[in-house]
Amino acid sequence: MTVRVLFFASLKEAVGCESLSIDLPEQLELSAFIDRLAEQLGAHAHQALTSESVRVAVNQELRNGPQVISDGDEVAFLPPVTGG
Amino acid sequence: MKLEVRVQEADFDIAAEYSALRNRAGGGLGAVATFIGLVRDRHDGDLVSTLYLEHYPGMTERSIEAIATKAAARWPLQDVLVIHRVGALGGAEQIVYVQVASGHRDAAFAGAAFIMDYLKTDAVFWKREDRNSGSRWIESTREDLLRRRNWDADPKQE
Repeated sequence: MTVRVLFFASLKEAVGCESLSIDLPEQLELSAFIDRLAEQLGAHAHQALTSESVRVAVNQELRNGPQVISDGDEVAFLPPVTGG
Repeated sequence: MKLEVRVQEADFDIAAEYSALRNRAGGGLGAVATFIGLVRDRHDGDLVSTLYLEHYPGMTERSIEAIATKAAARWPLQDVLVIHRVGALGGAEQIVYVQVASGHRDAAFAGAAFIMDYLKTDAVFWKREDRNSGSRWIESTREDLLRRRNWDADPKQE
């Protein structure tokens, strides 16, 4: 199964890429999914993605509570936002 | 309520937007409040050469629609337009336009202020300031968060 992953703003710089596709043998809980991403991106990425200020959106919806990542999902890591 | 949200790199023409509003609106309109945000060219005395804005297409538009819908639940708003620019902007360029039309001025003023305050804290954008001393990503300030919290704490403020 394939999952698309997006990184924005400071996180894009921290992990060194804007997006990637990752193949997974099975559904994963979010924290296991981040562990899996860090195998590819490095330990610094793990630290950046699990920072308290980072929010995770799955299919463009902010995650609330436990989340399972499944085939075809779009997972986005969002640093603190500001507009206006 | 008619609601339109545009996220774009291009600049906007406030005279054209106001004119379009008057052409489409019925006779019930009594007040239009507009706000234009400009890029400041300095921060803490440092010159800012470029403000770079990033967004998440789809989610960003929906975050603004949610803010405007929240405002419309509190005040009788008839027509709301929010235009927000992204990409690289220079000092004094227009960055955001909020146009709120209602039957009376209280609702128009309050709706526009509410939308601007929530844009600072809840809209899905990221801003990077490129200054002469280096680049940095900026976040909502403590003051921004307090202003937003004041609206939450005082639902009767109208």
